[in-house]
Amino acid sequence: MDVLYFAWVRERIGHPKERVETRAATVRDLVEELRAREDRYAAAFADLSALRVAVDQELRDFDAPLGGAREVAFFPPMTGG
Amino acid sequence: MDIRVQEAPFDLGAEANAFAARQAGMGAVVTFTGIVRDLGGDLDAMEIEHYPGMTEKALAGIAEEAMRRWQVGDVLILHRHGRLCADDLIMMVATASRHRADAFQAAEFLMDYLKSRAPFWKKELTQAGEGWVAARDEDEDALRRW
Repeated sequence: MDVLYFAWVRERIGHPKERVETRAATVRDLVEELRAREDRYAAAFADLSALRVAVDQELRDFDAPLGGAREVAFFPPMTGG
Repeated sequence: MDIRVQEAPFDLGAEANAFAARQAGMGAVVTFTGIVRDLGGDLDAMEIEHYPGMTEKALAGIAEEAMRRWQVGDVLILHRHGRLCADDLIMMVATASRHRADAFQAAEFLMDYLKSRAPFWKKELTQAGEGWVAARDEDEDALRRW
């Protein structure tokens, strides 16, 4: 699946998008896999309460299932308007 | 319904006139415009990032919800991204209804939702450095009244 990062999450991880091969069942499982990769991922995902997630461009929570998902995005709370 | 996400500036007067002109049988048009503020007096620029694809879907969903909840004949949401300066127009919404209460309430609903449910992020670049604008608890609280 494609994993996208926005705003300070993108800056902390160092790129806006990457292809991830995973069998993670939920968003939380995917986060655990990413955290284990490198310090910059661990830093970006240190506090999940500071993050929001979208699965296939719909806002979801961290317990959302990933079955069949093509795109997961992580970002801070939004500041539009 | 007209949803636009663009980098280019927009002409508030021209947009408001065009929106009003394409209505029929509507007694009220309400518009709201958001403008970049320089709160600390040292803002060089504001950069607005968004999530192409999801942004348009999220805005359309919010507009559809407003049209479901109120007697609103038409909705415009126009939001810029990219690099803006103090006093630049960031975004506008417009609503049209037969009676003004629906247009006012729908416009407020659109603003409350697009502040914290549409994937935009603002970064302020100042002489002292740069920083992402934090979401405010009041903006999240504002959703509860709907």
